[in-house]
Amino acid sequence: MDDRRPFTFYLLAGLMALFLLFLYGPMVIIYVLSFQGPDGGVTFPMVGLSTKWFGDILRPGQMADIPASFGRSLLLAALVSVLTVVLSVAAGLGFRRRFPGAGLLFYVAIASLVMPSLLVGFGISLGFQMLGLEQGLFTSALGAQLTWTLPFGLLTMFAVVARFNRSYEEAATDLGANAWQRLRYVTVPILLPGIIGVGIGAFTLSYDEYARTTLTIGSHNTLPLEIYALIASDSTPVLFAIGTVTTVVSFTLIGLTLAVVLRLQRRRSMRMA
Amino acid sequence: MDPRYDVELVDVSKRYGATTAVDAISLRIPKASYCCLLGPSGCGKTSTLRMIAGHESISGGDVLIDGRNVTGLPPVKRGTAMMFQSYALFPHLSCVDNVAFSLRMRGVGKAERLRKAREFLDLVQLGAYAERLPAQLSGGQQQRVALARALIIGPQVLLLDEPLSALDPFLRVRVREELKRLQRELGITFIHVTHSQDEAMALADQMVMMEDGHIRQVGTPRDVFERPASSFIARFIGGQNVLTGSAGPIAIRADRCRLEPAGPGGVPASVVAVEYLGTVVRVALKTNSGEEASVMVPDHVYYAAPVEPGSGTRLTWSPDDEHALAA
Repeated sequence: MDDRRPFTFYLLAGLMALFLLFLYGPMVIIYVLSFQGPDGGVTFPMVGLSTKWFGDILRPGQMADIPASFGRSLLLAALVSVLTVVLSVAAGLGFRRRFPGAGLLFYVAIASLVMPSLLVGFGISLGFQMLGLEQGLFTSALGAQLTWTLPFGLLTMFAVVARFNRSYEEAATDLGANAWQRLRYVTVPILLPGIIGVGIGAFTLSYDEYARTTLTIGSHNTLPLEIYALIASDSTPVLFAIGTVTTVVSFTLIGLTLAVVLRLQRRRSMRMA
Repeated sequence: MDPRYDVELVDVSKRYGATTAVDAISLRIPKASYCCLLGPSGCGKTSTLRMIAGHESISGGDVLIDGRNVTGLPPVKRGTAMMFQSYALFPHLSCVDNVAFSLRMRGVGKAERLRKAREFLDLVQLGAYAERLPAQLSGGQQQRVALARALIIGPQVLLLDEPLSALDPFLRVRVREELKRLQRELGITFIHVTHSQDEAMALADQMVMMEDGHIRQVGTPRDVFERPASSFIARFIGGQNVLTGSAGPIAIRADRCRLEPAGPGGVPASVVAVEYLGTVVRVALKTNSGEEASVMVPDHVYYAAPVEPGSGTRLTWSPDDEHALAA
């Protein structure tokens, strides 16, 4: 057998390398530029090295208050995540029973994915104005984000639930569990990896949502909106420092999740005699 | 109200929309007996089991357990326990926690329930595997954990849905023996659903032949094998030749048939295939009227006068071994 790789291998590998460069190159440039010297600008060359711009993030500035908006984003994302998990899990379990209109309801629920985000936000905003309600983080913005995270959560839970063997629940019933015990001790623990996935997915979708939030946020911005305001108004390497920090936050979140999942797995396998 | 029976079905039906899975069946299962529901897939045997368990609603009729009408009661109030086809062991719980699950649901304290669960794991010889997760056990071990988990609730009737189908053939025979031993030692009734006639013949005190949502025959395996009620049952049980006699279909056991190429009478046939099975040789035949038959010939008899595929012969039997069938 000929062990030499065909030329198509190198061709496709080259293509993949270009793709990765395209994917991560811009971000790497931003990470590097975020360490720009105090006198440097938003482009190369680097004029020395400093962490000045990271310090600037924390100073509630003329244009933007990054720490406060970061806090709001986290809070909103956490709430969106919890609501998405609760509603998706309930819907995923409920949809196993084919009730009249289930198909229609399902399509209506996920149709929001294909609606133009800006218009969804605009519609919600309009609705609040017509009803004379004040828009805010935990009212209109929360609703707007749920129109985005819920369909994703639903689709994920449908896939998770489809692989769930119903006889686990029947066994629990057979062994005397009531409906609540069955959910608490059998269904949710078995579905837990999928549920964590839905939660993290909803959190990240909410955390960097822009289009739906921008028209529904009311008077206090979330982080993406605040960053956009900064980009529009003043360009200093502070923007890059924010980019670096949010990336670190995202990776920390992913790392923590992985650590929790691994710990769960290890705890289960430690039981081995 | 007849306490001679552990389970009584009275005109029990199961309908799914327009289709009838179980059609008004009645059955009495004596106390402390091993009952096998046998039939091809789709015959209604699993629906019947699930209705006894309470996992399937009953469309019509009544289910009595120990003389008590349990129709409409939840599974836990019936005095039954079910062992599921794929065992349905909770994958996130260790063996001992799986077995202790029902006690935990009833609020039994941790030390007490773990102690009792270990007793039941010992009963199925799995005490050493208490801390393992189900995924870390072999199929046979999982099956025994499932058994312990079902038995710990102290059921009067244990319901088993194809309990051996996930095991390899060698293990199946060993587990089969163990099931029968447990049933006898515990003195409770086992209702075992299977599509394997070997399994049912080996285990059953009472064998229930089902077809098409109906019970076709009830009896000991020997009754059913010796006197199958219909050609369907004779064919399903196997080891029988179903031929057209002068007064309708007849069954003759394949091991009671003989090959007599030269003799008078009998049915002329040609040899289709010859299979050496160790103690016997199976000779497959096609009669001249086009019916299939086979003869189990003891090996020493066969090798005294071997036959070749394609050769002509005659299939004969003693009139005493002939059994008339209903249809």
